[in-house]
This record gives sequence, structure tokens and C-alpha cells, in this order.
Amino acid sequence: MAFTQSAEFQQFKLSQLIYDTRFRSYTIQLFVLIIVLAALYWLLGNVVDNLAAKDKDINFAYLFVRAGYDIDQQLISYTNDSTHLRASIIGLLNTLVLAFAGCVLATIVGLIAGILRLSKNWIVSRLIGVYVEVFRNVPLLLWIIVSLVFFSETRPQPRDFRVTAEMAASGQEPIAKMMFNNSVAITNRSNNIPSVQFTNDLGVIDLGFVSVSVLFLATVFILVASYFTNRFVLRTATKVQWDTGVRPTTWWKSLSIWFLPLGIFFWSMGLYLDYPVLGGFNFKGGLIISQAFMSMLVALTLYTGAFIAEAVRAGILAISRGQTEAAYALGVTPSLTTRLIILPQALRVIIPPLISQYLNLTKNTSLGIAVGYLDLNGTLGGITLNQTGRELECMVLMMSTYLVLSLIISSIMNIYNASVKLKER
Amino acid sequence: MAVRNTNLAFARDEMLEAQLPPTSERGVIKWIRENLFSTPLNAALTLVALYVVYNIVAGFYPWISNSVWVADSQKECRDIVTGMSGEGATGACWALIRARWHQFMFGFYPPTEYWRPILTLSLLFVALAPVLFAGKNKSILILLASTTFLLFVTLLLVDGNISHVVFITLGMIALTALGYLAPVRLYWVTAFYPFLSIFLLWGGSFWAPFGALIGFVVWGVVYNLLQERFEAVVSFTLGLFFAAIWWFGLQGFVTDMLLTGLPLELEFVDSDRFGGFLLALTIGVSAIAASLPVGVLLALGRQSDMPLVKILSVGFIEFVRGVPLITMLFTASLLLQYFLPPRTNFDLILRVIILVTFFSAAYLAEVIRGGLAALPTGQFEAANALGLNYWQAQRLIIMPQALKVSIPGIVSSFIGLFKDTTLVAYVGLMDPLKGVTAIVRADMAWKGIYWEPYIFVGIIFFAFCFGMSRYSLYLENQLKTDHR
Repeated sequence: MAFTQSAEFQQFKLSQLIYDTRFRSYTIQLFVLIIVLAALYWLLGNVVDNLAAKDKDINFAYLFVRAGYDIDQQLISYTNDSTHLRASIIGLLNTLVLAFAGCVLATIVGLIAGILRLSKNWIVSRLIGVYVEVFRNVPLLLWIIVSLVFFSETRPQPRDFRVTAEMAASGQEPIAKMMFNNSVAITNRSNNIPSVQFTNDLGVIDLGFVSVSVLFLATVFILVASYFTNRFVLRTATKVQWDTGVRPTTWWKSLSIWFLPLGIFFWSMGLYLDYPVLGGFNFKGGLIISQAFMSMLVALTLYTGAFIAEAVRAGILAISRGQTEAAYALGVTPSLTTRLIILPQALRVIIPPLISQYLNLTKNTSLGIAVGYLDLNGTLGGITLNQTGRELECMVLMMSTYLVLSLIISSIMNIYNASVKLKER
Repeated sequence: MAVRNTNLAFARDEMLEAQLPPTSERGVIKWIRENLFSTPLNAALTLVALYVVYNIVAGFYPWISNSVWVADSQKECRDIVTGMSGEGATGACWALIRARWHQFMFGFYPPTEYWRPILTLSLLFVALAPVLFAGKNKSILILLASTTFLLFVTLLLVDGNISHVVFITLGMIALTALGYLAPVRLYWVTAFYPFLSIFLLWGGSFWAPFGALIGFVVWGVVYNLLQERFEAVVSFTLGLFFAAIWWFGLQGFVTDMLLTGLPLELEFVDSDRFGGFLLALTIGVSAIAASLPVGVLLALGRQSDMPLVKILSVGFIEFVRGVPLITMLFTASLLLQYFLPPRTNFDLILRVIILVTFFSAAYLAEVIRGGLAALPTGQFEAANALGLNYWQAQRLIIMPQALKVSIPGIVSSFIGLFKDTTLVAYVGLMDPLKGVTAIVRADMAWKGIYWEPYIFVGIIFFAFCFGMSRYSLYLENQLKTDHR
């Protein structure tokens, strides 16, 4: 006490700003602030000067001007008469679709590869090891280009699928055949798969910006209702288990809750599959998946899958062998050991790297420009930027969109991480 | 022993030879049974894996075995393959690589000057040797000797100018001898390497990078002189001040005088002639070298007690990590001109290096932060208790441990950075993957060729990245100090 008081009464010297640890941090922060402000002033001043020199201004009105270019993959309606803003949103949706599909597939590939790499089977673990090392150590761009070349150069042309009358008469086979019982056609122009169609239409709700099909809304509603009903059933079962010690069988209840209402609804709406058919020079009907999307998806899945496989392997290896042994000693069966003891602990290790892989995958979708996939980077940061010449505005919008996207993904995954991580007191 | 003493006729008096285990329990059969067919599931997996391997080999073998190495165009390749194996046969046309390898390696760098990038790369290994294998004199010597040998062979094959070959090889032998006699002195090469490599790669006056080096010497000398009297931060700032006076005031004048007096010059090579792996390595190596210190500073800033410093660091890191690299590269090529004074126009490669450095530094900062978080608080407290100041504690106690923990992460972000150098194709630079391949394919002779250039570039990238990841495993083992 006496020490601090005597220090307080000492006369303040200027040198204390540097030598006294109580004040030094303020001095340093002040300097940093001055430098940062000066740098900002300099940069913004330069921007103003440059804009004046080029006779430009900062103006976002270009977003509401007719875009004038076509986008072949569109989740909401778009024509080349739509605005640049709508084109950018189409691009964003394309980014999201690719990122979502990529994350799901990469997780599946990564999980399987990660577990198989630890397999005691020599040849399988070596094969997976080669896959992981080859994909991890070669640039993603190469895989994207190679998979585009694969789909557009090595797949058969649509006309190779044709069976002419003479060929049918002589029993000659066409050069290429559709896969899965004549339902999937992978050609060098596009990939056609069957699409789900309904004979009855419930109409659409026009929200001004987008029009949503009532059928789609009803499906979502039924799925949400099924989810909550199923959760209620499971919770009741758990409660019964706590009370009586016996868990009632629930699998048939869950199964019927999930599938019966949806099945009845689809049946009443007249669900059928629309198969692609060769007509003219191309396949018609069904769902057409562009080469660009397909090659991006394959490359992103395999590349990110290799990284996820490493994360999964590290996660499983991080669980000490004692855990398995202890479980066996308690008489827990091997499958239950994996489900109740190993996986919950391994997940805690796996999820943080998994989050960063999902983020990487989402950011890597921006490489779609390599194959002409019109995602956010291809529309807003590509064609729109080149047409309007508004680099500053386009780049700011694009970067902030990606930033928000990353923050949303990481916060969702962090919530999930918090829910599975070790609960400590 | 007991058996021998009884002397009974029906009892053996010597041990039988040990018999071999049953056939199913030894050799190949045992190995196959245990490793490939231990359970029905394993057997099924083995069969599936064998089928996959068979398909891969059967698909690629004819293509590889029909490789053509000498041809002038893809059509000629096809004709040769058809002549060898009949109609419809496919074959790899490596003749493309043979004809255009120099573009994949150097872009449009002038062919008479190829010795410069080759020497720069060799010197990189000399400069890295003492850093990579600190204290392992034998490894340093092996690395230097093999570099010298490879340099000699490469120069003989590529350059052909015998005086170049002799002088450069003698110089490298001298460096190898230095590495043998006093490996620690090799750090001088490391210190001079950045300036030397700039001079070798871009050419121009020797005195310009030399002048830049002198600035750093001034900085160091002033810092050391003032260190006794003042706080570290103060003498550091004053040193920077004097160095800036040299760089922006005196240097131009002095280096011009030196150039007229002693014209040490190489032919100037403009940045837009850089391409291929020369470009990838230039960007990759400089960004790797520059991003480590920036990353350390950002990580320390994020851990700092000073709120302003902390906010700035966190903001920077999260911003950079949230956007794709390609948008940063677009920023370098499209936007940087807005943020600089009108009519300044500095080199695109330099702009890209700066942006890639920032990008990589943000990722490194997160990796190093993980290392810092892994250190027990006792380490910080012990350093304080010893009376070390902040920078001493960081340098002597904290960083050596934190960096050691984060080696795998650091190396994997270096690998990521090196792979990402391919993206510079989108700002108009000639990266080996897309830029050079596009140029090569623009030639009518090689128009329809797809796989060969990608396989070639892929193999080289794989070699570099796989090498780095193996080195990180080696380093982890070397630095392991826990007692297991």
C-alpha cells in the first residue's frame, strides 16, 4: 500500500510514457492509432483523387440496370432483361448450391476415406493413402480443370447414344449407353438425370421478387411437422426409458412419421419421374446438370474429401486405445463402443478442422471462373464488373458477401461444435 | 540337463530342431491372411480395391506404354502411336513437354539468361540449408553437394556457355567447402539471399538491391548503438528513421555514382516475362518468407493486452480469412491502383506478392495463436519472473515453444500458399498450370492436347508439396523433447 501511494505522489515525468509499464501501452496505442488514421487518410485521399482523375464516382445505381447476359443455371427466374442485382443474387445462389452439395459429398467421401485409411487391410489403407496424398498436394485448380476435361472431352457425344432403325434390326449396339436403366445420360455437353415432376399443380405464390411454388412450401411444411412429431416420439420414449428402464421400440414409428405423410402427399399430387430422352442433337427432359457445375462439384468433393479424411483419421487416432479397452472391460459390444464411446469423443476433435474445411470449400467455389461456372464471382465479380466498369463497388460488395457467408457458416458450425463438445463444469 | 543324466535309452539326449510354423502361419500366406482376408468384410474390401487398382492400371497402361517422346506436333504423335500399335490406340504425347518444357519452367524469360533463375534456385537451397538442418552438419553438406552437382548438370544441359558453367560451379564448390568448414557462416548467404536473388532474377544494376541492403545495415547498426541507452522500441524506431533517410534520400545518388564507377550490371528482365514454375516459386518463396514474421506479429497482436492493437489484429485476420484468395488477387490487379497516388504503377508481381503475403499471414497468425494457446501460463509468468522484457520473453521463451507446437499447421499453410500461386493466372500472370498451358495450346501444333501438360505440372507440384510435408514430419521428430 505504502509503495503504490509513494509512486502516486511522485512527480510525473515525460519519460514515464515510454519507460513506465503503466503508461507505455497507452503511448504505443496512441502511436498505432495515429499511424492507422494517417494510413486511412492517405488511402481514402488517394481513392478520392483517383476517382476524380478517372471522372468516376461511387454509385450503386448500376445494380438496378438491365444486366443483358444469360446465366444457364438459375434457381430463381432470370432472363437477360433482369437487373445486375438479380444476376448477382443468381450468382450467390449458385455459389450456395455448389457449396452445400460440395460440403455434403465431401463429408461423406472424407468420412469413408478417413475410416478406411485406418483399416487393417493393407491394400485398402495404401490405396486411400495414395488418394489423400495425391489430392492434398496438387493445386485444386488442376483438379477442377482436369475434371472439366474429363467430362467434356472423354464422355461420348449425344449422337453416340442413338439407335437407328438399321442398328435395331441388325442388333448392333450404340457406341454409348445410358446408365441406371436408361435414366442417366452423361454426355460431353451436359449431364441429364431424371427430375421429379407432379401432374397436379397447386400454383405459385408471387412474392414480388421470387415466386414460390405452393407444392414446395407444403413439402417443407410436412417435413418440418414430421421432424417435430418424431422428436416428440423420441423424447417420450426416453422418458419412458427413464421411468421404467425399458425403451419402447420406436424405429417403425419414426419411419412412418417421416415417410407416410410425405408419400401420401406426393401420391395425391401425382408424382412421376421425367426421364431424359434423346431428341434431335441433345438429350431433352429430366434435370440438366451443366458441365461446369459437375466438374466443380467432383473436383471440390474429391479435394476437400482428402482433407476431411485426414481430419477424421487424426480425430480417431486421438482417442486413446484405453477407451476401447475400458469399454470392452465393461462388456460394451464393439458396435456400441464405436457409437457411444469412440465417435462422441472423436467428433470433438474432428469438428473444428471440419468447420475450416467447409469454409475453405465455400471460398474455393470462387474458382468456378476456371470452368465458366457463373457463381457470385462470375456474375458480380466477373461479367457485371466488366460490363459496368465499377471495380470498387463490385469488389466491395463481393468481398463483403463472402465475408458474411463465412461468418454465418462458422457461427452455425460453432453452435454445433458447442453442442457436441465436452461439457465441463 | 536332467534328461542327459538319466541315461535312459528311450529318452532323447538332445533337443529337437525347432520346426517351422505351419504353412498358414508363416511367410506370404500368413501376411495375406492377416492383412487382406482377415474377415469377410476385409476380403470384400480387398477384392474391391484390387478391382479399382486393376481398372486404373488397365486404363492407363496402354496410354503410358505408347508414350511418344520425339515429335513436332500432336498429329505426328498420333501417327506414331497408330503406326506402333494400330488404329484406335492411344498414347501419351510427352513430345509436348520436350518441346515446351522451358516455358513451363521459365515462361518467357530470355533463354540466354536461364542460368540466372537456375542459380537463384540453387542458392535458395544454400541459403535454406543452415535453417532447415540447423546443427546437422552432415545433412547440410549432403544438401550442398547434391545441389552443386545438380546445378552443374542442369547448367551443362541448359546453358551451354562454358565460362558460366565453370564460374558458377566453382562458386558453388566454394560455398560447399564453406558449408563443410564452418556451417554457421552459411547464415551470411541466408542474410544476403533476398537481395542477391532480386538482382539475379530481375537483373539491372547490382547497386540497387545493394543499396536496399545497406539501409537494413544502417537500421541494425543504429539499433545496436542506441540499444544500450534507450528502450528497444525507441531504438528500433530511430533505426528505421535513419534507414528511411538512406533509402529515400541518399541511396539513389550513391548507387548511381557506384554504377558509373563500377558498372556491375545484368540484362534487365521485365516482370511480364516471368512465368511457369519460376513465377510460382518467386511468389511462393517470397510470400512464405515474408508471411511468417507478419503472421507472428499478428498472432501476438491478437493476444495483446492493448485493446486497440487487439481489435486491429482480429479485424484484419477475420477479414482476410473470410474472403477467397481470388478476390484478394483481383484487388491486387484492379483496386490497388485506386488506393495509391495517381499514376503510380508498380509491378504486378510485387503487388501479388504483397497481397498473397497478407493472405497467408492471416492464416499463419491463427495457426500460431493455437501454438500460443497450447503453452501453459506458467511459461509467461516464469519469463516475467526472470525479469525478461516482453520481446526478450517472446524471443527466448514463448516463440520457440509456440512455433514448435504449430509446425504442422505452419507447413500445411505454406503448402496451401504454394498451391494457391496457380491462381495468379486470373490476374494475367503466366502460372504453370493455366497460363503456360493456355499459351502452349494456342499453338496449332499442340491444339488438342489435354492430359500431358496437367500431369507434368501436377507431378512437379506434388514433388514440392509432398517434400514440404515430409520435411515437417522430420522437423517435428527432431524438435520433439518430451520423454516418451
